[in-house]
Amino acid sequence: MPIKTDAVGKEWPGSTYQVGREKIKEYANALGIDNPVHHDVEAAHAVGFRDVVAPPMFAVVYSSPAVAPAILDPEVELNFAAMVHGGQEFVWDEPACSGDEITTSSKCLSIEEKDGKGFYVFETNSVNQDGAQVARGTWTLIVRGV
Amino acid sequence: MADLNVGDQVPELRVTPDKYLPHRYAGASGDFNPIHIDDELAKAVGLPRNILHGLYSMGLVAKANAALADGDPRALKRLSVQMRGMGVPEQEIVVTGTVKSADGNRVVVDTVAAQGETALIKNAEAELEL
Repeated sequence: MPIKTDAVGKEWPGSTYQVGREKIKEYANALGIDNPVHHDVEAAHAVGFRDVVAPPMFAVVYSSPAVAPAILDPEVELNFAAMVHGGQEFVWDEPACSGDEITTSSKCLSIEEKDGKGFYVFETNSVNQDGAQVARGTWTLIVRGV
Repeated sequence: MADLNVGDQVPELRVTPDKYLPHRYAGASGDFNPIHIDDELAKAVGLPRNILHGLYSMGLVAKANAALADGDPRALKRLSVQMRGMGVPEQEIVVTGTVKSADGNRVVVDTVAAQGETALIKNAEAELEL
């Protein structure tokens, strides 16, 4: 049975994430990132950030909630149980700081079958409360045995 | 650090995630997929044990590249990776990188994260503004 591609181009509305100091600290600690700009507001102010700033890959924390409705959408028909995360790209603009409200929307860029595997590519676009671009993500999810 | 040339190495990053790291990363990231935090379930679905989150390994790649800018989180402009081998807790991860192009203050670094012979992250391309 050929892979279903009806959802290509489909978009899902934004979900909003409020960035907090303790969450940034928790993420930085899990990765062993000890730069004080991620832990201490005065250190962040001293180098020009408006508050404690998130490490770039904190993008996962604020943007992944927008991926869930896309991969669970029945129209996408993605077999979640056989899925692996095959590739990821982020492009960053404005840094994410504590206090920011970041809204992320998602879109299905492509669905293709190659060597019996399904390649599902989604894009997320994250903007902050001022409308500034924060990050854009490209998520490649691979499903075995489609 | 702005004087980087093609072929220069990123400072090598070595990390051994402890047994409970996947739990802490799950909490930090919000990804509680049981294959990362439930050893029994992971084995039941054919994995050697509970495995590391691919995005954790990608986070280490980002951290290694940030070292080129003394950890400045504004330096990393783009990071694109392929996740391949499965990472496991309690084994050392080594992240290495080589500058593959340098144009003024923009550098592109080719990075690999590996556990022994297993590449966890490959074809990682990091673009930094220094």
